[in-house]
Amino acid sequence: MLVELKVNGEPRSADVPPETTLLKMLREYLNLTGAKLGCDVGDCGTCTVIVDGVSVNSCLMLAARANGHEVTTIEGLANSNELHPLQEKFEEHGALQCGFCGPGMLISAKNLLDKNPDPTVFEVRDALAGNLCRCTGYTKIIEAVIDAGRVMNAEQANS
Amino acid sequence: MSKDMMRAFELYQPESVENAVGLLGRLGSDGWALAGGNDTLDWFKDRAKYTSSVVDLSGIESLKGIRETADGIEIGALTTLTEIESSPLIQERFGILAQASGRVASPQIRNTGTIGGNVCQDTRCWYYRYGLDCYRAGGTTCYADTPEGQNREHCLWGADRCVAVTPSDTAPALVVLDARMVIQNGEGEREVPAEEFFIGPEIDIERMTVLEAGDLLTAIRISNEWSGSRFYFEKVADRNTWDFPLVNIASAMVVEGGVISRIRMAAGAVQCVPRRLTVVEEVVTGSAPDEETAALAGQAAVRGAIPLNYNHFKIPLLENLVKRAIRDS
Ligand SMILES: Cc1cc2nc3c(=O)[nH]c(=O)nc-3n(C[C@H](O)[C@H](O)[C@H](O)COP(=O)(O)OP(=O)(O)OC[C@H]3O[C@@H](n4cnc5c(N)ncnc54)[C@H](O)[C@@H]3O)c2cc1C
Repeated sequence: MLVELKVNGEPRSADVPPETTLLKMLREYLNLTGAKLGCDVGDCGTCTVIVDGVSVNSCLMLAARANGHEVTTIEGLANSNELHPLQEKFEEHGALQCGFCGPGMLISAKNLLDKNPDPTVFEVRDALAGNLCRCTGYTKIIEAVIDAGRVMNAEQANS
Repeated sequence: MSKDMMRAFELYQPESVENAVGLLGRLGSDGWALAGGNDTLDWFKDRAKYTSSVVDLSGIESLKGIRETADGIEIGALTTLTEIESSPLIQERFGILAQASGRVASPQIRNTGTIGGNVCQDTRCWYYRYGLDCYRAGGTTCYADTPEGQNREHCLWGADRCVAVTPSDTAPALVVLDARMVIQNGEGEREVPAEEFFIGPEIDIERMTVLEAGDLLTAIRISNEWSGSRFYFEKVADRNTWDFPLVNIASAMVVEGGVISRIRMAAGAVQCVPRRLTVVEEVVTGSAPDEETAALAGQAAVRGAIPLNYNHFKIPLLENLVKRAIRDS
């Protein structure tokens, strides 16, 4: 079946079997391999993408269900010139080690900052609760998210 | 087993309740209603269950959202747990339902998981989820209730060949609020009280609710009867995210002149259905919600519990949760 999405602002489409997940469509049909396949059952969050403004596990959503909707993946954060403030701050704080959780972690963080640019530690922890990291112990990730929020606020105030 | 793979199925995407009901009626036991997919895709990926035809409800707008009615509210079955958790109307009137919804799984799962899917979800007994031929799957054994069976998460009451429990966090809250489940099929609409919606193995070992092939849950209605009363919800799980309840408790009480005049209480994950704690309700009505009443309530709540090999801990856990519900709400 034909599934048409807006991915990171661009119209994209693919002819997929009905039992295809959104994750599979992104990775195998649209060559957007940023979102990762981890646990496959909604525990780890590394497949997280934003659909119509909310974070979802793309491994548990049919591509057909996202037909006609807007999807943001990790590929939509940076452009060829510039990293997203979150990515810069993750790098600066050394917030990732192996990096496998990164795409999902950053997307959940972006989804939080889009709605709440000045989150408390508690709010960050809550927003990232569906994303597992087995390397860092989360402390630096949380610091990076709060720091990125500050940068984004300052940028907005200056613009 | 390769990952992110499911067996092929036909996908239907109706845009009205009428069409969905028509499809589900025609497909009968071959049809599978799909809401947020968090329980469903788990089954399909593990291949422990399969269906040839999936009816995706996500395009039916009339099944979404929270509406005020003459004497309460109506929640469309396809309303997400995030919407319920953050609804000012539900927070204000039926705080325990907002709290219970907010304690489900993770933000991502609450963003797509629906209230309908939450109450209709299947049990999490891992022997069953793994696809073993247990009683619930049509076989003749319960793998959880054997000397070696791992049954730390299983039931304290209501064992009948199967010892699985209700995994839903919202179910006890809905029972306490005396919610009405609105069901449609080819023959029309009917309303079932939440307390009767959930069924145990003694009634049908292969289902968790009264829903049969062809039935669609369209909405949940909650009257203002318990609106704004003193609520208590608490869930205890091994981890704060993702984890299903080891025990959860929901209660609503009205205190007049220093004594409890009305109360409803229910516990989850201790039986196949949310367990209405009528004994507690009887014991505490007319007493002050103090330490002494709380202690009596806790003792009454666990009377008659029959633990399995590894779930004795649930007895003092439930006792304490009941105490807190009386004392701290
Ligand atoms: C990692 C993980 C952790 C979880 N943790 C929790 C938890 O802590 N607490 C908790 O309560 N739950 C938990 N869940 C379970 C559950 O998946 C979600 O709570 C969610 O609410 C299910 O809703 P859904 O819309 O995604 O369901 P779906 O998967 O779409 O549907 C579930 C079942 O209900 C049926 N159904 C759905 N809607 C209707 C309808 N309107 N009419 C008739 N039948 C219908 C479907 O046919 C299916 O059998 C967890 C799930 C996962 C994957």
